[in-house]
Amino acid sequence: MLSVVPPNPLSVQSVEVLNEVPRISPSTPPEADWSEVIQPHTRLFDLGLRDVWRYRDLVLLFVRRDFVSSYKQTILGPIWFFIQPLLTTITYMVVFGGIANLSTDGLPQLPFYLAGVTIWNYFAQTLTTVSTVFTTNAAIFGKVYFPRLTMPLSIVVSNLVRFGIQFALFLAVWGYYLVLGNSLHPNLYILLTPLLLVLMGLLGLGLGMIFSALTTKYRDLAMLLTFGVQLLMYATPVIYPLSKLPLKYKPFILANPLSAIVETFRFAFLGSGSFSWLALGYSAVVTLVVLVIGTVVFNKVEKSFTDTV
Amino acid sequence: MSNVAIKVEDLSKLYRLGEIGTGTLSHDLNRAWARLRGKEDPSAIIGEANDRTAKGSSDFVWSLKDINFEVKQGEVLGIIGRNGAGKSTLLKILSKVTAPTTGRVKVRGRIASLLEVGTGFHPELTGRENIFLNGAILGMTKDEIRSKFDEIVDFSGVERYIDTPVKRYSSGMYVRLAFAVAAFLEPEILIVDEVLAVGDAEFQKKCLGRMKDVSVNDGRTVLFVSHNMGAVTALCDKALVMSNGLVAFDGAVNKGMDYYLKLGNNAASSKYINENPKENDLLSVDLLNTVGESSTSFYFSEEVVLKFKIVIRDTEKNFTLGFHIKDQTERKVFTSEINIKSIVSEPGVYAFQSIIPANVLTPNSYAPTVALHIPNVEIITIIEDKLMFEIEETGTELFQYAGTDYGCVFINCEWSKV
Repeated sequence: MLSVVPPNPLSVQSVEVLNEVPRISPSTPPEADWSEVIQPHTRLFDLGLRDVWRYRDLVLLFVRRDFVSSYKQTILGPIWFFIQPLLTTITYMVVFGGIANLSTDGLPQLPFYLAGVTIWNYFAQTLTTVSTVFTTNAAIFGKVYFPRLTMPLSIVVSNLVRFGIQFALFLAVWGYYLVLGNSLHPNLYILLTPLLLVLMGLLGLGLGMIFSALTTKYRDLAMLLTFGVQLLMYATPVIYPLSKLPLKYKPFILANPLSAIVETFRFAFLGSGSFSWLALGYSAVVTLVVLVIGTVVFNKVEKSFTDTV
Repeated sequence: MSNVAIKVEDLSKLYRLGEIGTGTLSHDLNRAWARLRGKEDPSAIIGEANDRTAKGSSDFVWSLKDINFEVKQGEVLGIIGRNGAGKSTLLKILSKVTAPTTGRVKVRGRIASLLEVGTGFHPELTGRENIFLNGAILGMTKDEIRSKFDEIVDFSGVERYIDTPVKRYSSGMYVRLAFAVAAFLEPEILIVDEVLAVGDAEFQKKCLGRMKDVSVNDGRTVLFVSHNMGAVTALCDKALVMSNGLVAFDGAVNKGMDYYLKLGNNAASSKYINENPKENDLLSVDLLNTVGESSTSFYFSEEVVLKFKIVIRDTEKNFTLGFHIKDQTERKVFTSEINIKSIVSEPGVYAFQSIIPANVLTPNSYAPTVALHIPNVEIITIIEDKLMFEIEETGTELFQYAGTDYGCVFINCEWSKV
């Protein structure tokens, strides 16, 4: 079987700790001199964030790659970023507004749905793309090391840019209604928009990372996620206002950390609905917890996933 | 220059074989439970030495087992071994693509690894964009790449197409560009895995030159994995021979090469024994080296000895013993035979040997087909695909073309300036 059994005294399993003569040669520098130690287990919160910072150029290059590659060889190019939310909004107007006659809190349907769709898409896109980060990048992850966190981060930034474009569309529609009628009542809470985006992005990132880590082993979750996101949208006040919700469902919807974010966004720009620091604070806390769990899980899986994917 | 750049300590890696699917969850829970109680991971206790030819009794295999070695700064270490010896696993751990199961690797300096050229190249992006992307993936900052951009383009020789999407590139150009980016990395430690098997000869030479440069002039440490023994001897000072997940040899490159060749001796393909011989038949065939040891790998500059045993009862029949050699591509290289009748007059068992001269077969693997036959009348026995030997590239001038087909025989033509 084995043609050669090499003399390897160290392969003996039962070497007592006491017998282990330090094998350090005189030239070996003290421990502190090593710039890096590769080992099986790192501490739970050893997230390598400094490494991520060193690779920040890579994050931006990934973002650039995503954009350039996604509309090369298309005729409409970046215009597709407008078409998608617009068509979705029109569909909602017809189905939920026209046929089902759902309330929009007295607001014109177009800005109402568009506001929901725009911010929801940002979350949904981030979540679904981040959740497949290991499976789609298995080839490159298996060949070269760079901080794996750069990949999900670049996805968040990509989606933020995409959101920016769609947000411009929303602003145009919003401006139009603002000038032509007085159905919209924007308020100072608009200043919270950056915070909302950060929360939305980080929540998508955190959840996505948790899913991405789990899907490396259990592919079933990928299936679950695709319609899970769809279901989640109905559990978030995207196509209906929170105010018109029957009382018995309200606690469930409010337990969803996304509700407060979407509701605040719409309240700030359109002036309908409600705002509560408590609800938003709850969302922020949940986001933080999810993000920390996501990052830790992600870091744990990135070390071994090449063996399971 | 006696500083240690890489120190590997008791490094092991356990792999699970077979399908990972049903039962993973319960299996995982089992492991987690064991860990929770502070017991040893139930799956880590089993496992055995990695031997891909032997059927293991468990689903777990140690791809690496308690590896220990050191690499000094500025050293070029060649890592050689048969397929499945654990080379790639070792490289993957060193380049942090996967984590070890136990043990540690201590490193001084930045590591860049080239397990493949052009990792992360996006077909839609132009050459220029890909240089930046690939460079960043390999760990360079934008400014570093910008400062070396012209050199990279120059080295790759695809200047004209630098603003064309790389999907329009020929595969050769693609590889050139990809290697060029990697060649201008400036890590303290460079890990290279057989990437030189691609690209045309001129470019390969350039790459080898560049790698030599990196280690000699810049004093950087290089780990080089290859099956191209010629390149290993040309580039490396030291060799690490791996076999079945263990370090079988660690030392000077020439000795390592000898060791590697011996390691390759595989009894299965160096010997054939006829279990039920007929009245007149071939009894056995052996592949031997010049010292008479059974062997399946030979230096280019070594003779290959084929030893045959036959039994002959009908000395009247026109028996002929012969063989032909086929190369990897099933191309017949040559045929050689001997007429038995003219030599043997008494019935009995006879041994013959045939020597394939040294410096003829180019480095590659070859399969002899041996037959005892009566020409144009009858084939007594024919042995096909039972024997196999390898001519190893050990520093012929043609090593730079390894991987390409430059013929299967080497003819030492007389060259002169006229």
